[in-house]
Amino acid sequence: MLDQSEGYVTADGRQIGGVLMEMKNITLKFGGVTAISDISFDIHEGEIRAIIGPNGAGKSSMLNVISGFYTPTIGEVWYKGAQRPAMKPYEVARMGVARTFQNIALFEGMTVLDNVMTGRLTHMKAGIGAQALWWGKAQREEIENREIVEKVIDFLEIQNIRKTPVGRLPYGLKKRVELARALAAEPSLLLLDEPMAGMNVEEKEDMSRFILDVNDEFGTTIALIEHDMGVVMDLSDRVVVMDYGRKIGDGTPDEVRNNQDVIDAYLGVAH
Amino acid sequence: MAYLAEGVAGLRSVPALLDRNAKEFGDAPAYREKEFGIWQSWTWAEAKDEIEALALGLLNLGVNPGDHVAIIGRNRPTLYWSMVAAQMCGAVPVPLYQDAVAEEMEYVLGHCGARFVIAADQEQVDKVIEIQEDLHQFEHMIYVDPRGMRKYDHTRLHEYSHVQAQGRAAYDEFIKELERRKAALDYDSTCVMLYTSGTTGKPKGVVLSNRNIIESGKASAEFDNLKRGDEVLAYLPMAWVGDFIFSIGQAYWTGFCVNCPESAETLLTDLREIAPSYYFAPPRIFETQLTQIMIRMEDASPTKQRMFKYFMDHARKVGPAILDGKEVSFGDRMKYALGEFLVYGPLKNAMGFSKVRVGYTAGEAIGPEIFDFYRSLGINLKQLYGQTEASVFITVQPDGEVRSDTVGVPAPGVELRIAENGEVFYRSPGVFVEYYNNPESTAGTKDAEGWVATGDAGFIEESSGHLRIIDRAKDVGQMADGSLFAPKYVENKLKFFPNILEAVVFGNGKDRCTAFINIDLTAVGNWAERNNIAYASYQELAQHPQVIETVRAHVEEVNASVAEDEMLSGCQVHRFLILHKELDADDGEMTRTRKVKRKVIAEKYADLLTALYDGSDTVYTETEVTYEDGRKGKIKATLTLCDAKVAPVSPRAVAAE
Repeated sequence: MLDQSEGYVTADGRQIGGVLMEMKNITLKFGGVTAISDISFDIHEGEIRAIIGPNGAGKSSMLNVISGFYTPTIGEVWYKGAQRPAMKPYEVARMGVARTFQNIALFEGMTVLDNVMTGRLTHMKAGIGAQALWWGKAQREEIENREIVEKVIDFLEIQNIRKTPVGRLPYGLKKRVELARALAAEPSLLLLDEPMAGMNVEEKEDMSRFILDVNDEFGTTIALIEHDMGVVMDLSDRVVVMDYGRKIGDGTPDEVRNNQDVIDAYLGVAH
Repeated sequence: MAYLAEGVAGLRSVPALLDRNAKEFGDAPAYREKEFGIWQSWTWAEAKDEIEALALGLLNLGVNPGDHVAIIGRNRPTLYWSMVAAQMCGAVPVPLYQDAVAEEMEYVLGHCGARFVIAADQEQVDKVIEIQEDLHQFEHMIYVDPRGMRKYDHTRLHEYSHVQAQGRAAYDEFIKELERRKAALDYDSTCVMLYTSGTTGKPKGVVLSNRNIIESGKASAEFDNLKRGDEVLAYLPMAWVGDFIFSIGQAYWTGFCVNCPESAETLLTDLREIAPSYYFAPPRIFETQLTQIMIRMEDASPTKQRMFKYFMDHARKVGPAILDGKEVSFGDRMKYALGEFLVYGPLKNAMGFSKVRVGYTAGEAIGPEIFDFYRSLGINLKQLYGQTEASVFITVQPDGEVRSDTVGVPAPGVELRIAENGEVFYRSPGVFVEYYNNPESTAGTKDAEGWVATGDAGFIEESSGHLRIIDRAKDVGQMADGSLFAPKYVENKLKFFPNILEAVVFGNGKDRCTAFINIDLTAVGNWAERNNIAYASYQELAQHPQVIETVRAHVEEVNASVAEDEMLSGCQVHRFLILHKELDADDGEMTRTRKVKRKVIAEKYADLLTALYDGSDTVYTETEVTYEDGRKGKIKATLTLCDAKVAPVSPRAVAAE
């Protein structure tokens, strides 16, 4: 594999930047269960990085390590050139990491607009008193943030459901609203946990287009977990393959596709 | 001669009108568009600045007088400006239907030889790129929305804002040339070229001059007393002549404000926010709104339902009379006022019709019930009859003389003539110049004196002087026994039932009439829901025995009403079937303006048509369908054929033939 520490150029000619996040020898144990054992990989600035693997491979655990929800038992997480200490998830969020969830985690009773506004929370500094009175700084802040939120709404084409309570929306749209909320935080690293799970073909196509557009328009680095192999291979620049908590492959979609270990993990081998 | 009106000096082109508006009321709003959740607006002065910058940019790109500039996209101020900017440069704007597929665009772009294309977004750009190999005259494309466009090869692609910026930078260099070209525009120079939707054969490019557009805009604005403070919502396809007249012709003449919705999905919300004072919609939109209201009323509480019913009954009784300024008793007026407060007002507000002074419907016949519903609410909904070749207006209904079965009296400046065979001819200042590059068709439609054949058969009602249209002249045929066959007359009657979305009646040269029917999925689906009828698809619902029974009842009702008309009593529908798929423009069964292509349908479903006449009870069929993304699939179905009762025809009518 070529040396990629200083960035590389993708097959379709995009320039990918240097390392944004590096996972060094991560091991994660829950009591006697080893969810992740000794995995290392990196995420470059501006790339779409996928983590795939069969059920129970430890993908979601890995994403939770990246998002700071889990602290690895052994190993180091390096982010923007510095080792990241154990952090609370909200502290990680402030560092520019946003995520979506496998099981949608929106405020069902609130409108789409309000839900997306919550994505701006880390950018609001006004005190509770000013917020309650909607006066001075709070007002200015809300207007600024609303502008960014409206741009996201426009980008994801959800203008028509702006004022609809999330609970009334179909599943595919909820997923899109979740993406909108994550985008509203203007993250430097966006984590997507199974963005296509449970979607029909058309919804998957839409979602794929949005993911590519986000990456293209805002240059956002995206790390995603996905089951649907076809989608992953089309979307991502590089893929990490996990099986039983170990890394069994890492490289471009083509490299991974021809990796014997990966094929065995997915199709099974006679023992 | 009236039809060659000379106009007002200094106001003989759209750019000249823009200059006047920017000078005389530059601070008045000219355009609004909802974006990022807020209505953004531009005054006439600002609009002029934007248009001029774009025109300079176009000169910079090498637009020559007489060039065709295609414009593709949904209604947005930027695209309206593009049309006027093209005119300023002496070029001809050619708006295209944005939902057209690449091949349809290829024909139009090739036919007009467009050197420049201004497209709204990536979707439209992709379509043009797909076909650009075959367009030898095509040179540059400008796109408005830069989203997703970064990776494209930009040797022939330009971003709208960059073109404007370049235009502004090159102001000194090009402004003299631009002024010269603007000054060269006169009443006879081409204002716009619009392609007809093409119910038959290939679309034709209708060339309309400044005279056509400005005279039509002026006459119609005066007819309905349109003012500068009026608001319209521009949401109908930009390629359609109506939109051009309303959003450019009338807007520039009177100086009212054109509002563009945020997206197609937010249309109804935007309509409500803007509350236009002048509104135009095809019958289908009114139908959809009415269906939605009725569906929602059925889910309302019993008290509300009773109140709605009580006051709507009263409105139906006296509403139209009050609107027409006829005599209505004081008690009824008071009750209507109470209804206005409790029901009509809130209802109009919910539909966005609170401020409508004048509303028009055209394009298709509107159901009398739908028409009366809106009028009884106090909405001044009227009908007009027109076509692209006339710059819209042929006949319009004056205030106080509105009926659902006529299309009104000749519009100001229009002369009308009915030929021997019943075909309607007209002559007006709005009569088109020619079909582009098609002298035979031009000669076949317009004679040397300027009379144009509409292709519609109709007659002028003696009692009122109003025009009544029966059908397309070429669709009017004869049954085997020699009686008159006018399919559209029957189809319209069928379509007036909310359950029936489309109907196609056959029978020319046959001994009896038959029909294909499309049910309305919204209305029938709601009915199915309320009656606990499960269905998985349109196809399944369409073949449900109870649905068929309902449709049969509708058909029989229509037959009874058709039988009353002496001339057309032969057109009763003897047998019908409900189609297994909705007729669709993507499958070539309808035009983009949703008119059925009778001949295509008859050929495509020849097996079904045969079955309707050979007496079988069911028929198995396979149909190819095109999905939105261009892929093809097959629908297989077994359809039930049904007989409908025919009302007895009075023997006198038959003998008369």
